[in-house]
Amino acid sequence: MTAVFDIEALQVDLPLGGALWPRLIGKAAPRLNILSDITLSIASGESLGLVGESGSGKTTLARAMLGLMPASSGTMRFEGAPLGSRASFTALRRQTALMFQDPVASLSPRMRVGALVTEPFVIHREPMGNRRERARELLETVGLPAAIAERFPHELSGGQARRVCVARALALTPRLVLADEPTAGLDVSVQGEVLNLMSGLRDRLNLSFMIISHNLAMVRHVTDRIAIMYLGRLVESGPTAQVFANPRHPYTASLIAAEPHPDPRRRRDDLAIKGEIPSLLQRPAGCEFHTRCPRATDRCRVEPPALRAIAPGWQARCHLAEPEPT
Amino acid sequence: MSFAAEEITEELPPPGRSALGQLLRDPMGMTGAILVITFIILAIFAPLLAPYDPIHIDVRHKFQPPNLAHWAGTDQLGRDMLSRLIWGARVALGISMTATGIAGVLGLLLGLVAGFGPRWLDAVLVLFFDSFSSLPMIMFALAVITVLGPGIPTLILVIVLVSVPGYGRLIRAQTLALKGADYIQAERTIGASSARIILRHLLPNVVGPLVILLSMDIPVVIMLEAGLSYLNLGVGPPTPSWGNILYDGYTSLRSAPYMVIAAGIPLVLCTLGFTFLGEGLRDALDPKLKLRAAR
Repeated sequence: MTAVFDIEALQVDLPLGGALWPRLIGKAAPRLNILSDITLSIASGESLGLVGESGSGKTTLARAMLGLMPASSGTMRFEGAPLGSRASFTALRRQTALMFQDPVASLSPRMRVGALVTEPFVIHREPMGNRRERARELLETVGLPAAIAERFPHELSGGQARRVCVARALALTPRLVLADEPTAGLDVSVQGEVLNLMSGLRDRLNLSFMIISHNLAMVRHVTDRIAIMYLGRLVESGPTAQVFANPRHPYTASLIAAEPHPDPRRRRDDLAIKGEIPSLLQRPAGCEFHTRCPRATDRCRVEPPALRAIAPGWQARCHLAEPEPT
Repeated sequence: MSFAAEEITEELPPPGRSALGQLLRDPMGMTGAILVITFIILAIFAPLLAPYDPIHIDVRHKFQPPNLAHWAGTDQLGRDMLSRLIWGARVALGISMTATGIAGVLGLLLGLVAGFGPRWLDAVLVLFFDSFSSLPMIMFALAVITVLGPGIPTLILVIVLVSVPGYGRLIRAQTLALKGADYIQAERTIGASSARIILRHLLPNVVGPLVILLSMDIPVVIMLEAGLSYLNLGVGPPTPSWGNILYDGYTSLRSAPYMVIAAGIPLVLCTLGFTFLGEGLRDALDPKLKLRAAR
């Protein structure tokens, strides 16, 4: 499998507010490190799940991938071509689509649905034939009636708006779709429909997906590989089935253990994480998870762990993670 | 995974009407439109509609109360008030609409540039806006008129300079608020250029409040013109303007109160007309308010 998108040692920082004064006196502005040392690749036709608590940097990663946030260091490649210049991101945006968390808010409020779904053609000067006809086709692909084309975004229900976003994302048959919480705010049946729709299109068009979610059950169901983020770092990434069966990082294990289970009599073991996610302003020394880790040792408090290979395509950032016996 | 189109057959709202149709449906906006159009017709066809020459002096018939020959009476020099008021609409609308129009366009451009452009440019423009709006308006107007001499072009210049900062700041604030909105980011991710984002996605969403502000400011400008003419700094005699007619009426308020009343009525109607039109436009231009209005 060839990689569609490659990220190597990506780091994203934000200048902290009030950067004027340090700049005047010639000092480097204080920066807040949001993402650090992210190495990840998405293969063609693969769907990758990106999981982590709120504030762990999932959305930032998606935005950085499309150049909405400047990378401080590291390299990104799309189908082998390095990304960095403005032109490279413009070319990239023709081939990718980002679905935002809030579908209604991500549609321009004064444009009708028909104009919105066909806008990518206009922007990239792609031939689309009759605009009305093309809008009808696109809406049909996502199971919406043609009459919706006349509506404004605020006249749509959450599920309809989500489908309109899918239609818009798929208008130019991208190679990669980044979906930020594609099921947030939908009821369960609509969630299922949207996911089925996405996976159906994936099979048909050989798309790659990166799905950002809190919903572990969903990620387990629809993704091939999973990457877990904590405080802006990847703590574990590997094949979904294997990671769920035998998580190597204690954080992954806690997330999976914290998942609700349909059996009310089943007791949870107390691996569930305690406390809050630490502040990005004061990252803990050593392993950043040691403050909440049930298995932390003295070594964890001092020495930051590197990513360790568990098996081919499976890595964990933990001193205690042992390679899979071969 | 089968969702046929039939699954979503909930009632679709009637397709959105055009902004104009929406405006005409709203009684308030309709009233405003009628008043404004009437005044514009009066202003344009003043030479045809005015029954007398507005500057023809006929001292024998001075201070006549309204009668069949002079519907609005005559002033202290025997000039026909109705004709003077109709010609006055020309001055009032000509000055106020030109000035607010220029100021609105300038404010819109500067505001968009300040809100969307680089930070240093924003800082420069905000400094400009703030320093201009810190000047007391009447004092500033007096200073400019003293330097350039009274007259209609000077009046327009003063009004533009005084109102651009307010419009610019409004648009800048709107732009800043929308710049981070999801849909603007979404437009970026599908590859839209900055020009397209500004013109197709920011402009329609920031222009609504500006249109309302402009249409509500037109009456203010008419009053300002009237005020400056009253101080003999605006439109000089014998050209009729609502301001100097009011001034003439004020000096003879005791002997001929109908003069102030006659000059006040068009001012009030014009003010109301533009205000109603502004509110009607706001409702008509905002698709989110359409549903409410349709009910």
